[in-house]
Amino acid sequence: MFAAFLQYLFSGLTSGAIYALAGLGFAIIYNASHVINFAQGEFIMIGGMATATMVAAGTPVPVAIALAMAASMLVGVALEKFAIEPARNADVVTIIIITIGASIFLRGGAQLLWDKEFHALPAFSGETPIGILGATLMPQSLWVFGVAGLAIVVLWWFFNRTLFGKAMLATSHNRLAAQLVGIGVKKVLLASFALSALLGAVGGIVVTPITFTNYEAGIMLGLKGFSAAVLGGLGNGTGAIVGGLIVGIAEALASGYLSSAYKDAIAFLIILFVLFFMPSGLFGKRGTDRV
Amino acid sequence: MGMLLEISGLTSHYGRIQALKGIDVQVAEGELVALVGANGAGKTTLLRCISGVQPVSGGSVKFAGQDITRMSPERRVGLGIGQSPEGRQVFGPMSVEDNLRLGAYRRQGPDVRADMDRMYEMFPILHKKRDLPAGTLSGGQQQMLAIARALMGNPRVLLLDEPSMGLAPLLVAEIFRIIQALKDGGTTIFLVEQNAYAALAIADRGYVLETGSVVLSDVGAKLLADDKVKEAYLGL
Repeated sequence: MFAAFLQYLFSGLTSGAIYALAGLGFAIIYNASHVINFAQGEFIMIGGMATATMVAAGTPVPVAIALAMAASMLVGVALEKFAIEPARNADVVTIIIITIGASIFLRGGAQLLWDKEFHALPAFSGETPIGILGATLMPQSLWVFGVAGLAIVVLWWFFNRTLFGKAMLATSHNRLAAQLVGIGVKKVLLASFALSALLGAVGGIVVTPITFTNYEAGIMLGLKGFSAAVLGGLGNGTGAIVGGLIVGIAEALASGYLSSAYKDAIAFLIILFVLFFMPSGLFGKRGTDRV
Repeated sequence: MGMLLEISGLTSHYGRIQALKGIDVQVAEGELVALVGANGAGKTTLLRCISGVQPVSGGSVKFAGQDITRMSPERRVGLGIGQSPEGRQVFGPMSVEDNLRLGAYRRQGPDVRADMDRMYEMFPILHKKRDLPAGTLSGGQQQMLAIARALMGNPRVLLLDEPSMGLAPLLVAEIFRIIQALKDGGTTIFLVEQNAYAALAIADRGYVLETGSVVLSDVGAKLLADDKVKEAYLGL
């Protein structure tokens, strides 16, 4: 009984960590531009697909990972430069629609560049399950936890300890004031896309040995990352992480105790619940401003 | 005398509405120049054009002899144009110290630390509250922070947009005392105010703006004595 629960919990935490990274990607771009980037899932797909195909072609794993991360960042930068920036005077809603178009375009491109098949990646440190209190944990899950945790720590350091990170935060708090102190808001927007793409790619790479990947894998991962971001409160980093873990655990428990047919429905139920009952999410804006 | 800031024939639009109808304004090095006028006259629009955050539709802005009409806002800050914007616009959730550090975003090196200490000396309350989120400060303290943040950029001209807006009378006096002190220290200041009396009283020269045009300009004391100004802006 408890072993089964623990098993579901491990599986939920693993996917939850990936949703958390995707949710952070949504949050970073949302903060820089108030745009919800629906191509976030495609960054995850590109990270996984690029690594898997390069490794299959004989590239050493670390090299393939580095190249895939770089490729994903390049795609993120190109997306901002060629699709978002030309429309910078358009409504936020228009730009969101552009990101949906971009996600379809990227899926099509992936299908042409690679194929429609599922691709696997060998686990980073073997496939021998670790037994914990009657449940089993795959070593790759530990990689997922570790890498996601490290990514979160590095992000925290970047936004709280570096001048450029603080400048990005400042731009999200007050764009006009950011311009008036000399922060180049275009550069901030570009950096936010590069950073989100990198986060997505990292998540896609570490999770591929567990879930496999194909050109469409980004749709569901992106939407679940989005529901994580919404649940946590759009634009809130801590919220995205907590939201990701909740979505991951909730869907693992639902597929374990109810039916695996409901697995994908959970994320959408959560979105609906949040929109109906607490539109600003768990960690939504609490005003500390005095006027 | 060489002008530090030279605005000629400047026009700007919000959609079809023309907010500035050909403005000519000059500010010389070391001067304190006041721009007064009613709400909606275009004062804030003019300052935003000077900082490059509001599109210009005609005319030119020259700074230290260089045409900067089309220059990006961040490069203007680098050249030495600092602004404390209307409504203060501090980075609310970030600490007071981070706000100051970001004011010096375009600068590096040990000078930044020294300047921050200078700001804390000038505004002791900011030092006391340096680790608190800027949004928790009172209105007057936020105004001091906005001015200090602009000064952290080491500007050659300081643009102040309505620094006394929404403050209690005692604080208004305090803010004008600070502006006077900055002027005495040699800072070039272009001050935009609805509080025409206080602004003109400390200004070397003043301009009166009405619905997008400069209708009067003279030395501060003469404008204060002008019957039209008295009637329209000073309520005398």
